[in-house]
Amino acid sequence: MQLLNKIFKTPLGALGAIIIIFWVIVALFAPILAPPAEGHDPYFILRHSFSSLPTPPCEEAIFGTTGGGYDIFYGIVWGSRTAILVGFITVLFSAIVGVFVGGTGAFFGGLLDSIIMRIVDLFMSIPFLIAIIVLTTVVGKGLDKIIFALVFFNWRVYARIIRSEVLAIKEEEYITSAKSIGVPQFRIFYKHILPNAFYPIVVLMSINIGRVVLMVASLSFIGVGLELGFADWGQLLNFSREWILGMPGSPFYYWYTYTYPSIAMVSFVLGWTLVGDALRDIFDPKMVN
Amino acid sequence: MKLYIFKRILFIPIILLLLSIIIFSQILFLSPSQRLSVFVQSPAAVQEVSTEELITRYGLDESFHVQYFNWLKQVSRGELGWSYSAGMPVYRALAMRIPATIELLFLGQLFIIFGGLTLGTYAAVKQNGLIDNIIRFTTVLGISLPEFVLALVLLIIFYAYLDIFPPGRLSFFAQDVVSSPQFIRYTGMNLIDSLFNRRLDIFIDALRHIILPSLAYSLGTMAAAVRLMRSSLLEQMHKNYVYTARAKGLSEKVVINKHVRRNALLPFITHIGLQIPTMLGGAVIIETVFNYPGLGSFIVMAAYGLDIPSIIGASLAIGMIIILSNLVIDLLYKYINPSINLE
Repeated sequence: MQLLNKIFKTPLGALGAIIIIFWVIVALFAPILAPPAEGHDPYFILRHSFSSLPTPPCEEAIFGTTGGGYDIFYGIVWGSRTAILVGFITVLFSAIVGVFVGGTGAFFGGLLDSIIMRIVDLFMSIPFLIAIIVLTTVVGKGLDKIIFALVFFNWRVYARIIRSEVLAIKEEEYITSAKSIGVPQFRIFYKHILPNAFYPIVVLMSINIGRVVLMVASLSFIGVGLELGFADWGQLLNFSREWILGMPGSPFYYWYTYTYPSIAMVSFVLGWTLVGDALRDIFDPKMVN
Repeated sequence: MKLYIFKRILFIPIILLLLSIIIFSQILFLSPSQRLSVFVQSPAAVQEVSTEELITRYGLDESFHVQYFNWLKQVSRGELGWSYSAGMPVYRALAMRIPATIELLFLGQLFIIFGGLTLGTYAAVKQNGLIDNIIRFTTVLGISLPEFVLALVLLIIFYAYLDIFPPGRLSFFAQDVVSSPQFIRYTGMNLIDSLFNRRLDIFIDALRHIILPSLAYSLGTMAAAVRLMRSSLLEQMHKNYVYTARAKGLSEKVVINKHVRRNALLPFITHIGLQIPTMLGGAVIIETVFNYPGLGSFIVMAAYGLDIPSIIGASLAIGMIIILSNLVIDLLYKYINPSINLE
């Protein structure tokens, strides 16, 4: 609660927090805001028609439809669930894996640490997006596979951060004194080191959620990763890609097909980035000029 | 220094070998026919051949490491298989597309370095001024703006609305010229080749096509680079050597450009170096949106068609580009800060 107060004290942090809260509310009330059709999987975008032309906003579809009759409003509302779900699960699991692997490596040092860091270096030099495209081509499409692939290539950033934190904390006097009174190493690591290395991880997680959501959106934007029609913001932009040129003489004729999904995505990522920035300033007062 | 370069170059084959094992082991997930496709060099080679013969010919009944060495032998001869999505051998498709992506990467890096240095310095010198605040806000926005949204926005403004920067890589007339025998392809990069062939019209055409994708592709990284440059300049500005330089009576310009900026450059270069893999990933999106025939759009095309030989060939190519660019970045470090001991 105190933390939330502090976030709201910085204007940009407050803006970010409000954006995030907005999207969480939209995701929670998705079935009320955009009721799914009977007997239809709610995570697939509602289709009003099979017409190839987009239709402008009307009463039936308040944000209009994309080519293929996909309801933009429905896609945005249910897409917020996809974004939050993928963001949280991926970031949580990557943080757990990264903290565990990087943390133990740094704590015990020596050969284990250098092996782990070489693996992290290797992962660092693999283009994230391309690796995921290759992986989803090989193992197939679907949300679970995307999350697996994301965690597989995302834990490295946490391993790096936690390592530098643990290396610094390890030298503190209270660790030495804990060692000297015979506290088991395992207990030192979990009780004394991890809680003190916690904040940078929280900051990273906040910024990382936006990144992860972008990654999923990019994948479904180029049409690999998620099934056709799955409610995701990138998918909506993919549908609108053919319409960005508009009509001859009026280039913004199909403005609704790309404007709404773009706003949704940019605001979501912006929200998390702003909150991440605010958190960093709160946890690390040295950074503020 | 020479010894260091020599050592690094010696290491490259070892890294490539490791990379090739990782890439090849993906075939374990594939169906038998897809696994076969990795070995086949042209569709004609497998027509009217019985299954048994295919298995023995390509050694598919052998154990994994034998298959790997067979494949490695082929790869070392440049035989990367047949790309169904491109309708030609994979190495030929790669030879056409790698220069295109490198061209894009280079131009993008130029934007990042130039923009990062000038805007970052400007923001730091005018700290907390109006321009600094504008730059800071724009960079936050630039970081949050996904590449494909940015790409779409640029395309809408500069192609659909203003119609000055078209998508693609070359116009039709330029394509004819470039593929004609009189036009000698030295590097495969249109911007350089057109200058060597003294065809200014081709150069301008290539530039018109490449500007938007390279902008879309670099703006996100540039925003991060500007922020980094600003903060590391600010950090340096309050160090004692800066006061000494000012006390000596050096002009503010010299202090900033010669003293502070040189010290702030190291984190900047590190950042840019670390971004190269990410940017290559971004190339996938950008090239797809702009219909630019590079390595990224090749991978997407291959992924659509489950064209495994192309995917494997492109992964190898990307690995190689990253290994080489890491080498260049390390050498740059040494150049900027000779006190770094690389050995």
